[in-house]
Amino acid sequence: MSDKNALVPSQEKGGALELGGDSQDFVTANIGKQLFGIPVLTVQDVLGPQRITRIPLSPPEVAGSLNLRGRIVTAIDVRKRLGLRDREDDEPGMSIVVDEGGELYSLMVDQVGEVLSVPKKAFEQNPATLDPRWREFSDGIFRLDKKLLVILDVTRLLDFTSSIKQAG
Amino acid sequence: MDDLLSEFLTETSESLSTLDVELVKLEQNPNDPDILSNIFRLVHTIKGTCGFLGLPRLEAVAHAGENVLGKIRDGELVVTPDAVTLVLESIDTIKYLLGELEQNETEPDGNDADLIGRLNHFADTGQIPGGAPAAAAAPAAEEADEEVPMTDDEKLQAAFDAAEYDPDFEVPDEPAAAAEPEPEAPAKPAAPPAAAKSQEVAPAKKAAEKPKAEAPRAEAKESSVAAQTIRVNVELLENLMTLVSELVLTRNQLLQMVRGKDDSEFTVPLQRLSHITTDLQEGVMKTRMQPIGNAWAKLPRIVRDLALEMNKKIDLQMIGADTELDRQVLELIKDPLTHMVRNSADHGLEDIPGRRDAGKPETGTVTLNAYHEGGHIIIEISDDGRGLNLERIKAKAIANGLATESELEGMGEQQIQQFIFKAGFSTAEKVTSVSGRGVGMDVVRTNIEKIGGTVELKSVEGRGSTFIIKIPLTLAIVSALIVESGGERFAIPQISVLELVRASNNSEHSIERIHDTPVLRLRNRLLPLVTLKKILGLDTTQESDDAVDEEAFIVVAQVGTYSFGIIVDRVFDTEEIVVKPVAPILRDLSLFSGNTILGDGSVIMILDPNGIATRTGEITVGGSQGVEGKAKADASDRETTSMLVFRAGGSEVRAVPLALVARLEEIDVENIEHSNGRPLVQYRGKLMPLVFIDGSYQMKAEGRQPTLVFQDRERTMGLVVDEIVDIVDDVLNVELTADQDGLVGSAVIDGKATDLIDAGYYLELAFSDWFGTEDNGGEKKRVLLIDDSPFFRNLLTPMLSVAGFNVTAVENAEQAMDLKNRGVLFDAIISDIEMPGMNGFEFAEALQDDAEWGEIPIIALSSHTKEEDFERGRQVGFSDYVAKFDRDALVSTLIQTLSSM
Repeated sequence: MSDKNALVPSQEKGGALELGGDSQDFVTANIGKQLFGIPVLTVQDVLGPQRITRIPLSPPEVAGSLNLRGRIVTAIDVRKRLGLRDREDDEPGMSIVVDEGGELYSLMVDQVGEVLSVPKKAFEQNPATLDPRWREFSDGIFRLDKKLLVILDVTRLLDFTSSIKQAG
Repeated sequence: MDDLLSEFLTETSESLSTLDVELVKLEQNPNDPDILSNIFRLVHTIKGTCGFLGLPRLEAVAHAGENVLGKIRDGELVVTPDAVTLVLESIDTIKYLLGELEQNETEPDGNDADLIGRLNHFADTGQIPGGAPAAAAAPAAEEADEEVPMTDDEKLQAAFDAAEYDPDFEVPDEPAAAAEPEPEAPAKPAAPPAAAKSQEVAPAKKAAEKPKAEAPRAEAKESSVAAQTIRVNVELLENLMTLVSELVLTRNQLLQMVRGKDDSEFTVPLQRLSHITTDLQEGVMKTRMQPIGNAWAKLPRIVRDLALEMNKKIDLQMIGADTELDRQVLELIKDPLTHMVRNSADHGLEDIPGRRDAGKPETGTVTLNAYHEGGHIIIEISDDGRGLNLERIKAKAIANGLATESELEGMGEQQIQQFIFKAGFSTAEKVTSVSGRGVGMDVVRTNIEKIGGTVELKSVEGRGSTFIIKIPLTLAIVSALIVESGGERFAIPQISVLELVRASNNSEHSIERIHDTPVLRLRNRLLPLVTLKKILGLDTTQESDDAVDEEAFIVVAQVGTYSFGIIVDRVFDTEEIVVKPVAPILRDLSLFSGNTILGDGSVIMILDPNGIATRTGEITVGGSQGVEGKAKADASDRETTSMLVFRAGGSEVRAVPLALVARLEEIDVENIEHSNGRPLVQYRGKLMPLVFIDGSYQMKAEGRQPTLVFQDRERTMGLVVDEIVDIVDDVLNVELTADQDGLVGSAVIDGKATDLIDAGYYLELAFSDWFGTEDNGGEKKRVLLIDDSPFFRNLLTPMLSVAGFNVTAVENAEQAMDLKNRGVLFDAIISDIEMPGMNGFEFAEALQDDAEWGEIPIIALSSHTKEEDFERGRQVGFSDYVAKFDRDALVSTLIQTLSSM
């Protein structure tokens, strides 16, 4: 609670797509061959491989929890969350730490790339044919030169209540 | 200085500053009864305490002031600025007296006859005597009067003006102050109202207040006792505490890193850091520590009032009032404690004749005892009253549906006593103003458990009850046992750990099994065991059970009075941990109460023994949480039914809904008599026929025979069985095979195929032979039963037949409509609500305006008795609503409904 001021106020997150000038900044991450983007203002930290404590009985997407400078961070396996298979190679993954409602979550991805500034006019809505799970977690797509950048909606990605309902 | 006196001084000077503000507010809103009663209460408190401490002069002034206030409160006097001035004057006198008291520890000589005289005069006549002396200042006073209708802003402005631009505003009065006894009238009414509103004008208020006191009193400054203490926001302290807790953890972490490196250059500075951190921790802890006596302060008064009201003689003994504990904890236990003392005095102690009859001294004793014990505070609340009445608790438990008689029969005294912690449980026959509303002990328990404490209860009927509350010294840091299971480490709060047992095959403690359920013999008791690995789903190897048996560590934990063992792989040591809440997405995991970071920097989950106990099936005495959890589970898992599973005649298991069974008995075979070729026993002063599961059933030759007792109003019947296996809560899915007499069908219960017996068949078997002729007297009433579940049809039809009704059972509402169209008539209809096709509500609605069937009473039958269902049922024309399985209620409702026609 003492470092609350250091955290990004939550309202800025949702507005990230609308605010700013002609371009927007995203931290990019790779999962498999797909490039994902997370609004840069929501990102607290980027971590290498960490010691993670498993949490028994937790949803399968929850990889465990870890200690980030004295704060307990819940690690989320984004691959599982997106319904992807586990990695085949044994490369250690990386994590992007985001703040959601005052709690820290560490999103485990294959690789964290760079901070990318993309022009707003390259934005596209999710294609209607996209996998419903992906559509739920994606805020939209940016057309890049050679790749497509899928923007992750962190709030929905971490909202486990709605997905539990879906499963049931 | 006397502790009592200094406490009084601090407290009173606080009250007085509140009073100043309140009085001024009152002047602005003379009709606000809240403010008035608040003021009255404050003055009253001061008066009361003065009397208690033997301060006659103070008391006299306060009394006169209170008198005036009382009259104002009762509407006999009107609030005028003059009146407020007068009261303020008496308060200033009190302040002056307090100042003297603080310096000399005695009241100054002299008296305040003049002031008291004026107060009394005002109280009697409503006139301010000596109005003349104030006349010189009258214009100013009038000015003040005129200000009353102004808006607050204007008033503020006026006060500003007075304070800023007219520095002489109050100065001219100062000479008068020395000369005149009551010169304060002019300045006061104007300035204080504003002062209450704004900090900036405060100097004006101060200045205005001063002159009104006599010259020497003007020097009476803020009480120096009060100045020695400062008020700090609790939140600030909490933050400080959190920070210190973190610091302690970081220190521990550092110490662990340096440990084993003798020559480290960090050793010495680290040691210093360690010392300072410890001192700091103690210091901060101390800021939050308060004697428990603070929480008790109000109790003597409560008990005294109670004694008067209830006409009892009560002696309240308080031992260990200076035991200190964390302020936060203190706040949280204040209300539970008050409640429990009230309970003891009200329910626990008998009245005077009652005590005389019991051969006890007339004066009952309630004892409060607080002491430290191993990092915990123990508070005992005991009375020498009548103790808990087990019979009443049992009756109440049955009445509230908390347990059946058969369940109670199997319970120990301790377990039965635990029922008083259930919601809505009050055995007081009548609700008194103090207790008996049934919202008591469950709240007490919940509150205490919320702070990681436990409540225990010991009661001997006729000798009194003792409640023992065990609470942690502080909430911020708890000590926890670190264990390992399935390769992960977990923390178990030390407060719920009773002991550690190491079990192995060769030692005296070894794990034994009852049908795969591990148990441990511990000091002549059988301790149920749970394997942590299993309940946490960490058990990857299926066959690890035997390995566990070889050697295992068992953490014996206690939740309420229920103790059980947790099998873990390894036990490390205990560590001080700071409990942090888990992330919101993990809140549903009831097995964890939080998580924390250990000294080595790793994150670890904290196990919640309550959650484990609930998870492992301990539900009967687990406290309100368990019951709620169970209720929730029931709601979400569709309808589950409690089934009694037994064996009789053969190896297959059979079951009967538990609700149908009145009691479980063991009957000595020797007591079985035969009459008319039929076996029967004398049971509770009556003859009870015994029936067997089928004709070929063989009873034991000797020993005891378990028997299910079914009861139908006055009649009882015993079904002889071989063995009672279990009571299982499960969803009933009956697959019909009703071609055999006495069977409803088969169902999967607890994973096993089980024959469901038809209790009605056996009832008929017993009654048609023994009482059969009685039933046929008179014309039978015709009842139509609509239920889509074959199980219920098969269950209720015979039962209603036995009760003397002519029953027609149909599967759905459509079939019922067919009967109607064919012109069949019934005296009553019993209908299920949830049915495929036309449901019960629709059915009832359809019948409402029907010529033939419109008048037939319909009784709704449902497992979901929610309030809105009930309401809807009434609207569509149901005459009554009965819960499924409540067969007594069904029969009695039916009889009632029919007789009222």
